[in-house]
Amino acid sequence: MMDKSYEIRLSGSGGQGLILAGIILARAAVIDKHKVTQTQSYGPESRGGYSRADVIISDREIYSPEATNFNCLLALTQEACDKYLFDLRETGILIIDTTYVKNLALAADNTYELPFTEIAMEKLGSPISTNVLSLAFLVKVTGIVSESALEISLRESVKPAFVDLNIKAMKLGFDLAKNYGK
Amino acid sequence: MANIPQKVVHQYLRHDKKFPHVWCAGCSNGIVLGAIIRALASMNLNRDDVVMVSGIGCSSRMPVYIDLNTLHTLHGRAIAFATGVKLHKPHMKVIVITGDGDCTAIGGNHLIHAARRNIDLTVILVNNNIYGMTGGQCSPTTPHDAIATTAPYGNIEPDFNICNLALGAGASFVARTTAFHVIEMQNYFQSAMEHPGFSLIEVVSACPVIFGRLNKKGGAPQMMKEFRDNSIPITAVEKLPPEKVVGKIQRGILRQEIRPEYCNAYAELSARVQEKEGK
Amino acid sequence: MLKTKKSESTKAKTPKTEPKKENAKQESKIKELQTTRERKTVIMQGNEAVAYGALDAGVNFFAGYPITPSTEVAEILAAELPKRGGVFVQMEDEIASICAITGASLAGAKSLTATSGPGFSLMQEGIGFAKITETPCVVVNVQRLGPSTGMPTSPAQGDIMQAKWGSHGDSPSIVLYPDSVKEAYELTIRAVNLSEKYRTCVILLMDEVIGHMRESVRLPDMANVRVINRIKPTVPPHWYKHYDENQKYLSPLASYGEGYRFHVTGLTHDAHGFPTNKSSEGGEMMDRLRKKISYNIRDLVQIESHQMDDAKIAIFTAGITARAAKAAIAMARYEGIKVGLLRPLTIWPFPDDAVRKMLRNVDTVIVPELNQGQLIHEIRRLTKDKSDGDVIAIQRVNGQLITPNDILRKIKEAC
Ligand SMILES: Cc1ncc(C[n+]2csc(CCOP(=O)(O)OP(=O)(O)O)c2C)c(N)n1
Ligand code: SF4
Ligand SMILES: [Mg+2]
Repeated sequence: MMDKSYEIRLSGSGGQGLILAGIILARAAVIDKHKVTQTQSYGPESRGGYSRADVIISDREIYSPEATNFNCLLALTQEACDKYLFDLRETGILIIDTTYVKNLALAADNTYELPFTEIAMEKLGSPISTNVLSLAFLVKVTGIVSESALEISLRESVKPAFVDLNIKAMKLGFDLAKNYGK
Repeated sequence: MANIPQKVVHQYLRHDKKFPHVWCAGCSNGIVLGAIIRALASMNLNRDDVVMVSGIGCSSRMPVYIDLNTLHTLHGRAIAFATGVKLHKPHMKVIVITGDGDCTAIGGNHLIHAARRNIDLTVILVNNNIYGMTGGQCSPTTPHDAIATTAPYGNIEPDFNICNLALGAGASFVARTTAFHVIEMQNYFQSAMEHPGFSLIEVVSACPVIFGRLNKKGGAPQMMKEFRDNSIPITAVEKLPPEKVVGKIQRGILRQEIRPEYCNAYAELSARVQEKEGK
Repeated sequence: MLKTKKSESTKAKTPKTEPKKENAKQESKIKELQTTRERKTVIMQGNEAVAYGALDAGVNFFAGYPITPSTEVAEILAAELPKRGGVFVQMEDEIASICAITGASLAGAKSLTATSGPGFSLMQEGIGFAKITETPCVVVNVQRLGPSTGMPTSPAQGDIMQAKWGSHGDSPSIVLYPDSVKEAYELTIRAVNLSEKYRTCVILLMDEVIGHMRESVRLPDMANVRVINRIKPTVPPHWYKHYDENQKYLSPLASYGEGYRFHVTGLTHDAHGFPTNKSSEGGEMMDRLRKKISYNIRDLVQIESHQMDDAKIAIFTAGITARAAKAAIAMARYEGIKVGLLRPLTIWPFPDDAVRKMLRNVDTVIVPELNQGQLIHEIRRLTKDKSDGDVIAIQRVNGQLITPNDILRKIKEAC
């Protein structure tokens, strides 16, 4: 039964919007009628410092809300990658932002590497939607929630003025995943 | 039916339970209570709609004796409790009785913020320059050089000017009088209660048994005489040469102005939000 | 309420995607999901659940001072209370906050405040005032780690004893402790209800993780929410006793402004509320405070028993740590180990009888807690039949949670 729940950790530093990404993912899971918990841990400062959001998606009651053995780890910084890689399960999926993660001593089998921040700056004009871009990539790769649910959730979760930008980021994320390795 | 005493105080005191009172003979607290009662009576308020809230101290024992809605709270916190009562029932008159220690030491923060908000409370501050209830320790208004049990060699601290503090914090009605000037006191109480905003009246008072004894002030009558002889109306201050003003208690209304009151501001905000929500 | 707001905002923003084939498919999927979606299932944060629980329980007065990790409660109520004709006020500190909610309650409001350790410490004198004057109100304490400022964003369960004894002078407390977002909602309502019924300050202890965690929850329809209001006096004012010895010490409560003109004091008082120095009356008052809790313990105690029927090992813990315990139990049971969980939802008054009874047939009790040993003393007190080694502690105070594996390890050691 334990494998029925899917553990995701989104990690990086404060200001990268990971907690919002976690909320968007969790809300999408609710839209897909799953049970979900989303927790976070962050330093006292809202910029810089470490930041992580855990999302556990399941069809049964979720006991411990802290991800300890991830099915999927998104790491947007070197520090986060070094810190959490060991808790990724063997079959787990690792997604890293090569803009910041340069050394990958112990890569998992299923590793996806893309310079998400650079892509966001280039294609979307700013790094602020790196969170949504990489989340959409994660969703497409893992299939853990439906793309439609992610879109609804996104529209509900960000301020109206940012909807268009984020939808663009989401679509770009889906496309990157679809064409990954091609 | 001859000679049945029927003063207005008898209509307001909780005669059946609460006497004799705790105050020493000669204490000003009774004088202040009398003036409050006469002010209330002359305003003809429905006393079901009047709340008296106090902190802890000799002066703060006052509510127990008066037949109103009464609340005797924690040391320093009367204004905070009163804020809760007033915000939930804004139509009620809320009077706060407090001492110099209660209101300007431990409760100083609540005083300045209530004044800043301009919430419609009437704060009557009985300033006897000492911690009476606990037996004569130094308070923020104990004069420089005066003796207190915790300042046995004389107080080295400067004292607070309470009215200036209230003015600085934004109180919209501020007045000072003494326990000798009972009619003035009653009038100020009434004006303050009629004032729609935060009001503070400092009543310079006598604690003959502790402050008076420690500082060799003579008894209550001597202290009353001092209040009479050593105080001047603020209206006279400008006309007097400076040397006649130094060291004098300045009596009068220091500020009386209308500015937005907090409960009203909240009600307006609430109405605005509800209208927007389409309720 | 929250739900309606959310779905409306979704409706307003119809997706503006290009009419490509794939997109069209996705759009129809979106429509379908929006219509079939369970309207009451939402993703909600624990602190949000507290705020909406308070509103559903009828709270119409909040006074507070911002402090991590409780601030969301204040922020939500600042937005919601004015809409509903209630009062939100940000006070100058936590002392003022507890005093203001007590004053408001005496004027007839249902009132609540939310804070964390440093603020909870400042509130203790005021909590005692609400208790001695038997004034209903609720204090939510979303715990953080450590004394003083400690670790503001880290979980800990260090205030369990403070919630019981924090205020001076030996008065009993009612303290509730949820383990999920849903339960945070439910226990907030229960806290408000109990405060009204028992005329006291009820404390809701929360874990930081639960305060900040988001979970899928389904709020009940308002018709299914049970709300208790204080009993109002039916006697004329001159018959009214503010502390009447009614049945089980639950006496009617008048409010200021209703014609009763009662007196309230933090001094020891008689049945009318007037101060007294008589030892007989003072003793009676203290007795009354104790008995109204102890005579009603059955009504107050709530305890969850999870897989305890055949358990040889019991885990006893509250809040977030109980969830790690449940995960550990699932793993242990998979390996055939007979282990269960007892989780108090009411931690004070302590569920003595229930715990004693349920622990009678187990060999070992494991007490994991995010502190240096608080609940374990209660368990030791109630398990005098067991040797010291049969009551096992797991304690952690470094800002990390106790994990299912930590507990599983101890379970295996105990086998
Ligand atoms: C928290 C707290 N600290 C200290 C005390 C002790 N205490 C009671 S009354 C008082 C001073 C009262 O002085 P003041 O407010 O000037 O009133 P007075 O007795 O002079 O009228 C003190 C320090 C208390 N009751 N509570
Ligand atoms: S100690 Fe002073 S203030 Fe207190 S009652 Fe006696 S005279 Fe009045
Ligand atoms: Mg004094």
